[in-house]
Amino acid sequence: MNYAALIPLFPLIGFVIVAFFGKRLKNEKLIGGIASTAILASFVTAVMVFVGLTNRPEDDRSVIVHVYSWIATGSFSVDVAYQFDQLSILFTLIITGIGFLIHVYSIGYMHGDAGFPRFFAYLNLFVFMMLNLVLASNFLLTFLGWEGVGLASYLLIGFWYDRKFEGTRITWTGDAAMKAFVVNRIGDFGVLLAMFMLFNQFGTLDYATINAQAPGVLTAGGTAVTLITLLLFLGCAGKSAQIPLGVWLPDAMAGPTPVSALIHAATMVTSGIFLIARTNVLFAMSPTTMAVVTGVGITTALIAGTIGIAQRDIKKVLAYSTVSQLGFMFAALGVGAFTAGVFHVMTHAFFKALLFLGAGSVIHGMHHEQDIMKMGGLRKYMPITYRTFFIGTLAISGIPFLSGFFSKDEILWFAFLNGSPVLWGIGAVAAFTTAFYMWRVLSLTFNGTERFDHHHLHPHESPATMTIPLIVLAVLSVFGGLLGVPHVIGHALHFPNLLEHWLEPVFATGMSMLTAHGGDHTSTEVILMTASTVLAILGILLARRIYANGLETASGIAARFTGVYQLLLNKYYVDEVYQMFIAGPILALSRDAMWKIVDVIVIDGAVNGSARIVGASATALRKIQSGVAQNYALIMMAGIVVLVAMVVIPMLR
Amino acid sequence: MILDYMPLIIMIVVGLIFGVSNIVLAENLGPKRSTRAKLSTYESGMEPVKTARERFTVKFYLVAMMFILFDIEIVFMYPWAVQFRELGYYGLSAMVLFMVLLFSGYLYVIKKGALKWD
Amino acid sequence: MHIDFFGSLPLLVIWLALGAIGIAIQAFVRNNTRLVFGYYSGTLVITALLALITSAHKGTTFGGMISIGGFANYFDVLFCGAGLLAMFAARPYLQRENSELDEFYTMLVSAVSGMMLMAHANNLLVLFVGIELMSISFYIMAGFLRTNIRSIEAALKYFLLGAFATGFLVYGMSLIYGATGSLQYDVIASVIGENRSQFPTLLAIGAVFLAVALSFKIAAFPFHQWAPDVYEGSPTVVTAFMSTAGKAAAFSAFIAVFAVLMPASSLMTPQLQLMLAAVAAITMLVGNVTAVAQTNVKRMLAYSSIAHAGYLLMGIVANGEAGYSAITFYVTSYTFMQLGAFVVVGILERGNEENLQIDDYAGLAKREPVLAFIMAVFMFSLAGIPPFAGFFGKYLLFVAAIESGYTWLTIVAVVSSVVSAYFYLGLVVKMYFTEPHKEHSHVSPGLAGITLFVTVAVSIVLGLFTSQLLSIFGTWW
Repeated sequence: MNYAALIPLFPLIGFVIVAFFGKRLKNEKLIGGIASTAILASFVTAVMVFVGLTNRPEDDRSVIVHVYSWIATGSFSVDVAYQFDQLSILFTLIITGIGFLIHVYSIGYMHGDAGFPRFFAYLNLFVFMMLNLVLASNFLLTFLGWEGVGLASYLLIGFWYDRKFEGTRITWTGDAAMKAFVVNRIGDFGVLLAMFMLFNQFGTLDYATINAQAPGVLTAGGTAVTLITLLLFLGCAGKSAQIPLGVWLPDAMAGPTPVSALIHAATMVTSGIFLIARTNVLFAMSPTTMAVVTGVGITTALIAGTIGIAQRDIKKVLAYSTVSQLGFMFAALGVGAFTAGVFHVMTHAFFKALLFLGAGSVIHGMHHEQDIMKMGGLRKYMPITYRTFFIGTLAISGIPFLSGFFSKDEILWFAFLNGSPVLWGIGAVAAFTTAFYMWRVLSLTFNGTERFDHHHLHPHESPATMTIPLIVLAVLSVFGGLLGVPHVIGHALHFPNLLEHWLEPVFATGMSMLTAHGGDHTSTEVILMTASTVLAILGILLARRIYANGLETASGIAARFTGVYQLLLNKYYVDEVYQMFIAGPILALSRDAMWKIVDVIVIDGAVNGSARIVGASATALRKIQSGVAQNYALIMMAGIVVLVAMVVIPMLR
Repeated sequence: MILDYMPLIIMIVVGLIFGVSNIVLAENLGPKRSTRAKLSTYESGMEPVKTARERFTVKFYLVAMMFILFDIEIVFMYPWAVQFRELGYYGLSAMVLFMVLLFSGYLYVIKKGALKWD
Repeated sequence: MHIDFFGSLPLLVIWLALGAIGIAIQAFVRNNTRLVFGYYSGTLVITALLALITSAHKGTTFGGMISIGGFANYFDVLFCGAGLLAMFAARPYLQRENSELDEFYTMLVSAVSGMMLMAHANNLLVLFVGIELMSISFYIMAGFLRTNIRSIEAALKYFLLGAFATGFLVYGMSLIYGATGSLQYDVIASVIGENRSQFPTLLAIGAVFLAVALSFKIAAFPFHQWAPDVYEGSPTVVTAFMSTAGKAAAFSAFIAVFAVLMPASSLMTPQLQLMLAAVAAITMLVGNVTAVAQTNVKRMLAYSSIAHAGYLLMGIVANGEAGYSAITFYVTSYTFMQLGAFVVVGILERGNEENLQIDDYAGLAKREPVLAFIMAVFMFSLAGIPPFAGFFGKYLLFVAAIESGYTWLTIVAVVSSVVSAYFYLGLVVKMYFTEPHKEHSHVSPGLAGITLFVTVAVSIVLGLFTSQLLSIFGTWW
């Protein structure tokens, strides 16, 4: 199975080639081809590894491929080793598979951009880092990937560094990149601290060892495990844009749209889910953390969903939708439905990538117009984009037998079963808003009157490199859910829940520690399923009624509920609140208290003092350096005398 | 044992007597007709007193350096010549290699025109 | 006399290629710099390959005067690699300065052959020949810009002081010969190890003199004063080469000689260790503190190179396998990062005088983003910031020093590293966070681009494969 280590190698090779020779090649097709081939090669290898794993006995499907030992000093040793098991190979298939489609799409989308090679170099770098993140067999390598995707994300958000971008308190794309980076750093700090604590407790950073020894080393529900998992969750919340660290994701839409699809919808933002799934034993040991995860997840799902209703930028709607869907996944993990959470990662990757790429196709066809209020009636100009976007909308809304339906209902069912009816209720409302805002986007973009300027804009369908990935993703969005058919349906049709069965060994230890799980899959589940489906359809119908004929009805409603509308439009003023209560005071504190007192007097005093000593001695030393060779020889002679004396005098005694 | 060094001692004594007697005899027997040229320091025909900061052409140094270089290389051949039989073919081949290297350096010097005086 | 021809291949090839064929080519083929350049780069590549091939073949050759295999062959590869990188960087530089003569490459390869002899030496006389071969080549290369007065001054100063140091080298060797009765490393080692010498004081003085001469070559305090002047005045590519490969060569000799002079059982070992520790401590403090006050990048890097000699000496002080492995690792990474940094300077400078001030680097990230990035990598690595090679090297040296009981030396080293971060990162800040203050023309690195690519790659890769390399080192001692 050693060839499996090639998976992360291909994107690295692609990155090196494109980064160093991209400008020389000058041929966009060649550059894009190299970058895409690298990802395709990884995907093919991943499929081979997957087949290899299925051929092994079920309890032996975790293979660690040791590449080399990275740091080996004393008690601290870290290997560069990749762990191929049910969980990591699933993520790898998603990353490389969807990554490949997005690479192909990008060839069309980025056509003619001056930074074409740079873009593909960054994309390959991102995929390399992401694969390190999910395939790593220890925390340190994951953390390397974790920081690496942060870097790649920073570079890609700020890709058009010279363009303006209208964000919250932001005017340039560079600022958006900076914001994403800084907010993520807060979370990374948590992961780093958690790693220190884990090393302190276990003496190693290997996942296999930690997961195996955790029940013995740590006490379930104890302070240590709760602190570790809470710190880890802080990192996950940062990467996966959960409350309170979710503010960066909408502004990350400043990057090119394929980036939003790849990084900010399908892969990087789900790394928080991955980390929790990877360390599920630790999380299962701390009920407190599980409750926090659930609470944060479901709250984020609802709040982000409602914000999505009022946004005018097509990508921002999708961004808030992503935040909301990630909230769903965290809620699932929090109630112990690890499989359901991972399942939703997969289906979400399909339909959200589809929606983002569809949005990108629209933006491309509309010559970089992103405001849905200035679109409408695009259906006849770009039929393929419309049809695929339509499928994506149905899938995310949870229309029965499309992929989103299965995963979302599994999450809601476990929320009801292991959590409470209230949890289910909030989730169902969030699902309702999802259906509503997605249909709103669909209607405003593709249906109704054409609200754009016909003289200057001539919408057109995108080239084949862009539409083919859309079609592939649409197919996946339709059928992807069949991998995880709930028991209640599957039982009747003799169709097993493949995904749950596949992932079972990964979560076995964690699940055995959770008290409430399982339960009957009977009439209750069917009733709840029907109820949430009805809610979703209601959401669609309501949106259809309001937005079908244009904006009159909508603006009427907005006018009547000005307060609510403003609240949603301004995203609950979260950024403003942060500015007022966190960033503002910190700035004031740092300027007035820290800078004027601590810095100027204490630190500057100390630093300048020592700097002055260094400076003074440097000046003195410079004087010795006279430039006259005879003086140098003299000093050498004096030195020789001293050295001889140092050695010989003790010997004479 | 000291007798072994007798020839050496005799040699030194004879040398001393010869040298000293020559100077003493010449001083006492020879005529003394001093001229300005005769009283000045002998410096191989060059004018002995002038400014010390005189510049020589670089060719002078080149030739001098080359002379010393090849002169010293020749020194290596004497011990080899003395031990010629004992060193045998190994010594011969080593010396041939040495000469080849030296000769290629010599060719280089000539081709670069280091020995051309004008 | 015993000659192991297979094991001697790297040395024989570079000597013949240089001494017989290379000279003949230059004698008969005139004004064909391309040919000479290609010929000598080929020579270095083949020598390095032969060194790799014969590396597993350990033993001695030429009647035991030269040791082969392992450690020495590793350094052969390092010297040839550094020489090759310096050649690539030198071509565009010398063409720009209108000083590209064929002899430059001859001298460079001759210096490499001297370095190889230093690493291979198993006899003090061979070491002497190696040191002189390298040094004389350096004297000539330092003065290679014949019309530039600073370059000539550098060459002359280097030559005068170098000759002075050589005197001590030979004097030390003669004292050791007198005290032990041999110039062979193994014989000396056994005499010292069993404390059999009849003249222990003379032996100690001889050992100190050898330390002095080698300290001069690595530019350690108080024998460092030539370095800033020479490094600043010499053509930048020459500085790049002699401040890195030259130092690596001196350390390869330092390791071999002091493994002989300081066996654990010897009575004078503690004093020698203390002396070297004092030299190391003062060297790194002086190097780093003086570097802070510099306004000229070349001079700043020269002081940085002095400070690194101090760090590296810690490995000799540690006096054991861990220390030697640490030196070998750090000197490898140092060679690449410092060489790369000097090459960046060489690409940016004009006429050996202009664009050398730190202020000239203001806003470099905007004008030359790639060069600025590369320079930043070198600065981070030199400052010892993970995950670059410099960090792991320092870490290994510090651990070695602590384990041999020199904790105070490690504390001094850490303090001086903190000081060094000030000027290394100061340059990064200058490049990235200040606005350019005057107009600059665009620069193109040409062949030097290869050098930069390789040096950057190695600075990163060595950080990733630290333990692989160390496990190779472990097989030598």
